[in-house]
Amino acid sequence: MSDVRKEFTKGLIKDNPVLRLALGLCPALAVSATVFDALGMGISVIFVLTMSNLIVSLMRKAVPPKIRIPIFIVVIATFVTIVEMVMAAYQPGLYQSLGIFVPLIVVNCVILARSEAFASKNSPFISIIDALGMGVGFTFALTMIATVREILGNGTWLGFTVAPSDFQPVLLMMLAPGAFITMGLILAWFNWMDDQKEKHLKATFMLDEKEAK
Amino acid sequence: MDFSNLLVIVVGSILINNFVLARFLGICPYIGVSKKLDSAIGMGMAVIFVMTIASMASWIIYYYLLHPETNIWGGYDLTFLRTIAFILVIASLVQFVEMVIQKTAPALYNSLGIFLPLITTNCAVLGVAVLNIDENYTFIESIVNGIAAGVGFTLALVLMAGIRERLELANIPKALQGVPIAFIMAGLMAIAFLGFSGLKVG
Repeated sequence: MSDVRKEFTKGLIKDNPVLRLALGLCPALAVSATVFDALGMGISVIFVLTMSNLIVSLMRKAVPPKIRIPIFIVVIATFVTIVEMVMAAYQPGLYQSLGIFVPLIVVNCVILARSEAFASKNSPFISIIDALGMGVGFTFALTMIATVREILGNGTWLGFTVAPSDFQPVLLMMLAPGAFITMGLILAWFNWMDDQKEKHLKATFMLDEKEAK
Repeated sequence: MDFSNLLVIVVGSILINNFVLARFLGICPYIGVSKKLDSAIGMGMAVIFVMTIASMASWIIYYYLLHPETNIWGGYDLTFLRTIAFILVIASLVQFVEMVIQKTAPALYNSLGIFLPLITTNCAVLGVAVLNIDENYTFIESIVNGIAAGVGFTLALVLMAGIRERLELANIPKALQGVPIAFIMAGLMAIAFLGFSGLKVG
């Protein structure tokens, strides 16, 4: 059980695909203008990632290693097509605003990386857990960026007004530069937290050593 | 043939809707391969090359095999296979180009070779193929858009590499070093490129 929890939680913060491994950066920047788009993208990626991890894991003994990458890509593309058709039918507004980034889920490196690095070597059940963890981590990163951008750029969160009425929205945050700068600052924040943790660990370690003496 | 139309596509893809800085396509190589000017130029050339042939191949595949009104099967609507068909075409095309260059032009292969496998998962290549279809471009327009998109990507990449080589010498706070400062730089460049959105052509 602890294994399951470990595989699930590693994707959230420790190995977060966007913020730690720098995978899937394009959608993280492009569809993070509003929280609604970010969640839509996140849920699509969770679905594709889970299904492709499941199938790849089931096929892992039958796939010849030399042509594994094309096979993985076809599996992923199949599920992306399903997402495309379902989203176009039931969420046409979301489909419009995500635009070209729906078919581009195929080349989202997070998905191929998990197929290659995890699902092709592990059992179906644990692969699904890994996919869910990574997918939720991806959604979490997107939502975080989108939260900053939507509040500063539009004064709303998930469509609800949160800013005071005399708030002057920073239009720049909704445009391309806002995405890059927010991303840079969030990555820097994560680096800084790592640094602090390391310093803290070092300090306690030295204290322990002193006491031992 | 209406040349002003092509000019609009060229200026649009290179400056106004720059693939990296306005459309967010190909961010991974943009951040990953922009540390050195030489490799940035190599990558840029490889991307221009692959994007051009990918635009051609995907246009032919879409209109002759998938589109219900023009395909050779006579009326079957296979457009739902677009994503799968395009990614397969691009992946095999990149592989094929790599083999051809390796056999015919070893010197070119040595300078471009290592970048070619990376391009398969470069979303800018699939992006340009999908955009060509979404915008209903003709065959010529697709090719021009492919070249222009590649040039736009190269422009952004080379500018970034030039700046990052200088950044090596700068005194940056520890938390911002590496990727974070690259993103902030990209943000500043995107602000500069926003200026082009006022440009009117045609």
